[in-house]
Amino acid sequence: MNRRKFLKAFSLAASTPAWSGLAGCAATPAHGTPHVIVIGGGFGGATAAKYLRMWSEGRIAVTLIEREAHFVSCPISNLVIAGLKNMADITADYDKLSKRWGVRVVIREAISIDMDKRRVHLAGGERLGFDRIVLSPGVDFMPEQVEGLAGNAERIPHAWKAGPQTKLLRRQLEAMPDGGVFALHIPKTPYRCPPGPYERACVVAHYLRTHKPRAKLLVLDSNSEIQSKKALFAHAFDGLYRKIIEYRPDSTLVSVDAKGLRAELEFDTIRGDVLNVIPPMRAGRLVDALGIELVNGRWVDVDWLTMEARGAPGVHVLGDATFPAPTMPKSGHIANQQAKLAAAAIIELLAGRTPDSAPMLINTCYSFVDDRNVAHISSVHRYDAGEKTFLPVAGAGGLSAAANEAEGRYALAWAQNIRTDMLD
Amino acid sequence: MTGQFTLAALCLLAAAAHASTPDAACTGHARNLAANCTTCHAADSHDASPLPRLAGQTKAELLQKLHAFRTGERAATVMHQIARGYTEEQLELIATYFAAHP
Ligand SMILES: Cc1cc2nc3c(=O)[nH]c(=O)nc-3n(C[C@H](O)[C@H](O)[C@H](O)COP(=O)(O)OP(=O)(O)OC[C@H]3O[C@@H](n4cnc5c(N)ncnc54)[C@H](O)[C@@H]3O)c2cc1C
Ligand code: HEC
Repeated sequence: MNRRKFLKAFSLAASTPAWSGLAGCAATPAHGTPHVIVIGGGFGGATAAKYLRMWSEGRIAVTLIEREAHFVSCPISNLVIAGLKNMADITADYDKLSKRWGVRVVIREAISIDMDKRRVHLAGGERLGFDRIVLSPGVDFMPEQVEGLAGNAERIPHAWKAGPQTKLLRRQLEAMPDGGVFALHIPKTPYRCPPGPYERACVVAHYLRTHKPRAKLLVLDSNSEIQSKKALFAHAFDGLYRKIIEYRPDSTLVSVDAKGLRAELEFDTIRGDVLNVIPPMRAGRLVDALGIELVNGRWVDVDWLTMEARGAPGVHVLGDATFPAPTMPKSGHIANQQAKLAAAAIIELLAGRTPDSAPMLINTCYSFVDDRNVAHISSVHRYDAGEKTFLPVAGAGGLSAAANEAEGRYALAWAQNIRTDMLD
Repeated sequence: MTGQFTLAALCLLAAAAHASTPDAACTGHARNLAANCTTCHAADSHDASPLPRLAGQTKAELLQKLHAFRTGERAATVMHQIARGYTEEQLELIATYFAAHP
């Protein structure tokens, strides 16, 4: 279907009556039905696609481009690795986005973006024009930064994008002998999900404690200390998992030997039965198509009132790909919140109005320390007009006093509800 | 869509209440604030979910609960930390919005 036909079909499908009920609030866009393309159907992109349709009441045509046929959630994927949940629990499809919300879902890789002609080029040659575009491509890895790592993700999995890698690491853990060594390497911050590697250490140790009590878990952290919920994780490492986990700060990986499963650090070499190396990461490579300078060569600087990339008007970037505001983590929760901010702003901008000038965002990340006890970290962020960025609200947010079972239930309910919020 | 009339009414009401910043209502400011909450309290959350949907409670009910979280009068795992991140005016807008969207 060409773009014209598609838009025509769309305006017919938009069954909502005229904007008259909203007189005073609404303005009709200057030209026909505007078309927004969203690339990336993860936490940011799927939320943006749904909210653009919902809040515009069908007046904006939305195409979601995603390379994978199914959504697979990173949150809860550590539990799959530990054998506490399975792949079906973290897998969902995009059906409701199209059937209920009228998003056109295209399962295809976006290859490049022509900024002058305002068109996206898809694998297979199709081109799609847009009025505005949202990019939520997540992260891409930089395995070349660790000698010997590139091309060896089958031998040395990262499992930092949920999917086949999650299953692979699960299989390797199961196949590991009792008395074996599982080495987990954490890259320098910023990386996606600050507490995620420590949660993984905890639930893998939980599995080892119950299934392979003589095995060891070596946590090799490039950072000089635990990056999130420090006291809570240190408590688990030094208490519950004292006999299993050895935590080593300042342990940057220099090279790996995929054949011999060896990891070379600055002053030491380790041989593991499983090597789980989370590589350094950057904004999904799709953002290179924008031709803008990335912060530290890796992340996209955005205007926090609209999520527009600085230097690329009309291009809104969400989630892990962005250079964060102070204390703002790279989380699915924040990507979901940023997506709503962007959807609201895009609707205003397409109608020729000024976006909300005082947005707020919440983050909460739950981490499992075993099969049922969970601790959270939370923060509330307000847009500061003077600083032109989000700042954490003083006196708000915080941590759990200790991991607890009530939050084990909330964490699973959270995973369910955020998925409902973005996909249903 | 049933939300249309209520949305318009809310928009006008809020505009009247905050005459100095009428655009706050028209740019969906209250709706946007309320959307901060639906990541956890999804609009289509199951009835049995430990994280209930918020739409449909009365404004007074919601405000009373949010105040109890804020002061610590009602014990919570996370809601006290979240409620303290919003001003009284923002909580009013949020409660008004959810009450108007059953
Ligand atoms: C083990 C682990 C545990 C985590 N736990 C939590 C948690 O408990 N809570 C939390 O809030 N966050 C958690 N996170 C972080 C969370 O997963 C990310 O922050 C979130 O996924 C970011 O959303 P995003 O939209 O930026 O990227 P993603 O969700 O990664 O989505 C990007 C999407 O874009 C697609 N894509 C990329 N490029 C293209 C292209 N060129 N063409 C087509 N499609 C493309 C990808 O296939 C992908 O589906 C965890 C992460 C990990 C790894
Ligand atoms: C991180 C997820 C999360 C977010 C975001 C969140 N809540 Fe909650 N909410 C909870 C949890 C968990 C509870 C149960 C109390 C507790 O332990 O904190 C709760 C309970 C509540 C209750 C009481 C439910 C009832 O009817 O008894 C209200 C009201 C509420 N939240 C309102 C809000 C509002 C308003 C917002 C947005 C400003 C919000 N919540 C954002 C997690 C969240």
